[in-house]
Amino acid sequence: MSTETEKPEIIDESGDKYKYGFVTDIASDSAPMGLNEDIIRFISAKKGEPDWLLEWRLQAFRFWQKLEEPTWAKLHYDKIDYQSLHYYAAPKQKVSPKSLDEVDPELLATYEKLGIPLKEQEALAGVVAVDAVFDSVSVATTYRAKLAEQGIIFCSISEAVKHHPDLVRQYLGSVVPYTDNFFACLNSAVFTDGSFVYIPKGVRCPMELSTYFRINAKNTGQFERTLIIADEGSYVSYLEGCTAPQRDENQLHAAIVEIVILKDAEVKYSTVQNWYPGDKDGKGGVYNFVTKRAACRGANSKVSWTQVETGSAVTWKYPSCILQGDNSVGEFYSVAITNNLQQADTGTKMLHIGKNTTSKIISKGISAGRSNQTYRGLVKVSPHASGARNYSQCDSLLIGASCGSHTVPYVENRNKTARLEHEATTSKISDEQLFYCRQRGIGEEEAVSLIVNGFCKEVMQHLPLEFAIEAAKLINISLEGSVG
Amino acid sequence: MKTPLLEIEDLCARVQDKEIIKGFNLTINAGEVHAIMGPNGAGKSTLSYVLCGKPGYEVTSGKVRFKGQDLLSMSVEERAREGLFLIMQYPVEIPGVPVTTFLKHAINAVRKHRQEPELDTPSFLKLIREESKKLGISADMLKRPVNVGFSGGEKKRLETLQLSILKPSFAILDEADSGLDIDALKVVADGVNAERSDSNAMLVITHYQRLLNYIVPDFVHIFADGHIVQSGGKELALELEESGYARFVKENN
Repeated sequence: MSTETEKPEIIDESGDKYKYGFVTDIASDSAPMGLNEDIIRFISAKKGEPDWLLEWRLQAFRFWQKLEEPTWAKLHYDKIDYQSLHYYAAPKQKVSPKSLDEVDPELLATYEKLGIPLKEQEALAGVVAVDAVFDSVSVATTYRAKLAEQGIIFCSISEAVKHHPDLVRQYLGSVVPYTDNFFACLNSAVFTDGSFVYIPKGVRCPMELSTYFRINAKNTGQFERTLIIADEGSYVSYLEGCTAPQRDENQLHAAIVEIVILKDAEVKYSTVQNWYPGDKDGKGGVYNFVTKRAACRGANSKVSWTQVETGSAVTWKYPSCILQGDNSVGEFYSVAITNNLQQADTGTKMLHIGKNTTSKIISKGISAGRSNQTYRGLVKVSPHASGARNYSQCDSLLIGASCGSHTVPYVENRNKTARLEHEATTSKISDEQLFYCRQRGIGEEEAVSLIVNGFCKEVMQHLPLEFAIEAAKLINISLEGSVG
Repeated sequence: MKTPLLEIEDLCARVQDKEIIKGFNLTINAGEVHAIMGPNGAGKSTLSYVLCGKPGYEVTSGKVRFKGQDLLSMSVEERAREGLFLIMQYPVEIPGVPVTTFLKHAINAVRKHRQEPELDTPSFLKLIREESKKLGISADMLKRPVNVGFSGGEKKRLETLQLSILKPSFAILDEADSGLDIDALKVVADGVNAERSDSNAMLVITHYQRLLNYIVPDFVHIFADGHIVQSGGKELALELEESGYARFVKENN
């Protein structure tokens, strides 16, 4: 039995507009609360993993125990009790459904409601393939057969461990080693699922690949891990979306995305992050601690990160580019919006190692309500990276008088031939702009959203079309009630 | 039978603590064009902002009826949707928002208020193209962000374009000729004149007589020290051109 309840668990009276706040009532299979080596063995056994992976997880866990949670970010939140979480929760269903017909209809209905149809014939008429991750496991991946015709592997990382162990073993942790940072280390010990993508040499992936993450179960951390490998001369555009139910307590999300890009290959990675942000008084919401990194290993390789961050109570996220191959290119386009009591500390790292590497950073931060936002970025040019170029532009827009915006750009240059440019602006939506719009009949909220969308335009135009429309709507929802 | 569009009675208003509009009276009927002329600092622009409801401009006493309704109780956008339009002296820049997007939001906000259906994209584009052509506005200019990097002439053309597509019943032109060379002035004046009809009215605020050669008013009012000190026909403007404002300012000091 399982009936779906549409009502959010918290009846929110503040008129919150978070439309993904419902909870799916589905039986779930979870690990006991807490974190120790037995829990890690439990997770590994649940997933039927090989010994090498269990060993790797345990090493990560042992290392993690020696680490301290970082405090350098401009974020304030109650200390997380890592022993009071469940590290594994999976909806009970047949172990691995062979086709979509075998997926629990309750889950299909959930994704339907989130606007992510998992039935292939409906999935945006074949332009997007979806991997749906529900709590700790991937529940469905669409269009696999069609992609496999071109040698493209698109599946959950658990399946990849089973069916493509060599690839996983070669690349897992090669971009983000478990020693990297506190949250990445935790993820390495307990990661449950996520997506795996391999694009073979010279293949241009014919459709957008996407993963849709959903946290459902209570007191559960989501630790997904995504690994994307773009072999020589290949291309893929990858989208990631996230939502979570509206819950009173905070939920922890500590993910890793690793991207390996070989010679002449290109990866475009787009995120629309809409985790539950908490209510107007800052109660509840997702703690989002994410390590995302792409290694441009080969010459002429290219990576482009585009992110629209509207959700989460706390965001700690710095999608980075290691520009190792000569002439490799890294780009980071970001729109971060915080309202009410949300906090975001986000930015990027551009590490120039190869010759003639170029990077571009366009960051647009919008703060409203009593929220606080920090752009934190690093541009580092190593001694051998002659001819490196970077252009950074960080613009902040403030709405109201109680929010904060901060820009912390670090630059470390060890090569005399490098050319680095940095521009930063902070502005407010001016009374003159609002008056002008309103004098033409445009209502105040609509005027704010028009001005904000104009402010973000440079970033939004890098999103795939369907995503851009969704993101523009999200921006409007996030800012509702921020004026007047 | 004349239909009053705008009736201003004993209007007093201040900005911060400074009293600027002091007992202003004027009735404008449908089909009329009135000009308000006055020296710099007389409060001409303040009057236009007060009528449009700009925040920070506080009405301390008096009444304003617009099409019989209490104008002062309406929000800025309600006044605009009811048909009050201000050609601004210094139109503001809105980065990243293309002119067409802006116009579409504006026209649909007004249509919605009039309970007309939203314009679909093809009809909207057709309308914009036709009206832009008359004003010498290029397709490229329509794609650029609102007023960003526009010359003085381009800004005023865009204001006039909005006038012509929003079709307000009452338009205020606040120093519409500032920053315009003679050719641009003619284009703008032609655009404005094309909108004149028996059912609407205009209030032209200007410092110089020059503009009134192109937009010929039915009535001219001299505005000094917060109210009208003399009214007359269009010949008053010419008279003023010769004698200057000095005597009016003096009378009131």
